[in-house]
Amino acid sequence: MKTKESNTSYEVSPQNIINVKGLYMSFGENNEVLKGINFQVKKGENLVVLGKSGSGKSVMIKCLVGLDKADKGELYVLGKDIAKLTYEQLNSIRLRIGFLFQNAALYDSMSVRENLVFPLKRHSKNITTNEIDKAVMDTLKDVGLEEAIDKMPSELSGGMRKRVGLARTLILKPEIILYDEPTTGLDPITSKEISELILSIQKKNKTTSVIITHDLACARLTADRIIILRDGVVFMEGSYEQLEQSKDE
Amino acid sequence: MTTYLKDIFSNTSNVSIFAMRFWKEVFKPPFEIKEFIKQCYLLGYKALPLVAITGFIMGLVLTIQSRPTMAKFGAEAWLPGMVALSMIKEVAPIITALICAGKISSGIGAELGSMKVTEQIDAMEVSAINPFKYLVVTRILATTLMIPILVVFADCIGIFGGFMGMNIHTDVTLFRYLHKILESLNFIDIIPATIKTFFFGFFIGMIGCYKGFTASNGTESVGRAANSAVVAASLAIFIIDMIAVQLTDLYANL
Ligand SMILES: Nc1ncnc2c1ncn2[C@@H]1O[C@H](COP(=O)(O)OP(=O)(O)O)[C@@H](O)[C@H]1O
Ligand SMILES: [Mg+2]
Repeated sequence: MKTKESNTSYEVSPQNIINVKGLYMSFGENNEVLKGINFQVKKGENLVVLGKSGSGKSVMIKCLVGLDKADKGELYVLGKDIAKLTYEQLNSIRLRIGFLFQNAALYDSMSVRENLVFPLKRHSKNITTNEIDKAVMDTLKDVGLEEAIDKMPSELSGGMRKRVGLARTLILKPEIILYDEPTTGLDPITSKEISELILSIQKKNKTTSVIITHDLACARLTADRIIILRDGVVFMEGSYEQLEQSKDE
Repeated sequence: MTTYLKDIFSNTSNVSIFAMRFWKEVFKPPFEIKEFIKQCYLLGYKALPLVAITGFIMGLVLTIQSRPTMAKFGAEAWLPGMVALSMIKEVAPIITALICAGKISSGIGAELGSMKVTEQIDAMEVSAINPFKYLVVTRILATTLMIPILVVFADCIGIFGGFMGMNIHTDVTLFRYLHKILESLNFIDIIPATIKTFFFGFFIGMIGCYKGFTASNGTESVGRAANSAVVAASLAIFIIDMIAVQLTDLYANL
């Protein structure tokens, strides 16, 4: 168990697929949300980020895909400095990253099938209708939702929405998946199912994951390593067991 | 008071930046043609019944109300021409535009606002789809094209409404009625009225998109986006109309 000071420096190595160094972010003058975040994620690792509501977890992973612009700091994802990319270069990185939003962010006006076809069609040149159908079916099977293919998002339960959101990112075969509170708002049983799904997808596709949560059960199940955000910095880092021990102290 | 003025200025400058972004993106491929056609269809379909009803009523009412005055001057024969002229130059464009501000601008504001709040726009962004191109550019183009078409439609229905109004008291054949109108219409009258409807369409689309696209997070901001889109679009329509009338006047006196 180690407690990190915010000036620890990390090397950019090919092994670290995500490398964040001294990340600062504020909204307006007196709302500094991130005050020097440092962490890195290794290839194939599941990193869980714990923190209270409003501690800036969502802001932090939105910075990773360039949805929010950091004020200061280095942000290397897949070997590229996110802040220095052109829009086209950023998009080519984004295609290799999946993002599951807190409320799944399904396109309301499209059916489940169209939600999956929409990104796939745009990013696969010369793909045939048969190949699209097969990819959609296979991906829905992976998340266990083949029967919902022609439903509209408004007809789905919270857990099903999360699964469809996950399928929509999986269909582009991402190397990294970012989960923003995948189990929040779900009942304990569905939460457990989603956590297990996250694990099985990581095993199957060999993806790297960053999982934001404040659900300890989900953290215990999915985490290889955990960092805790507090007051805008990485307050603690370690495995679930290490953190559990230190809590008792 | 100063904050109020500041608000107006910062709003205007933000809308200008938004409009500039539109012009930058509109000529860059890929073009979202399918979504554009779908939006044209949806917008036209949504506004058509309302535009038809109000157009008809305006033509009818205008005729019935103007008749006594015209009769007083013994100018009843000019009635069809006068009604058609006011319909085409002013009434149909303004009424159609205001209806579309209420129906379409607010609809776009609410739709994009809720997409923004539920992170659907962010989701497009992270899957490397340009939401501005897909959502905003297509909608602005659709309104810019569809509002003039709706106005022409309102013109026709309004003139027909006028015909019905005429026939309450006198017996005129449709052919003679239309002949009278064509006699008194100048091409010069129609062109400026048509040009301004494109501007109406552009602003109706742009203000709706701007309000929706820039909605802050939180569900109450969706309602706010829809509401302020109607207010701002209606105001923009009157301002454009005033400028258009002044310009036409200037040009006519040249
Ligand atoms: N778009 C925004 N505008 C202003 N402040 C924001 C915005 N997004 C986030 N914040 C601020 O950042 C803080 C952290 O938000 P967030 O990252 O969503 O927290 P969480 O850890 O619960 O995901 C919030 O308290 C809020 O004040
Ligand atoms: Mg959050």
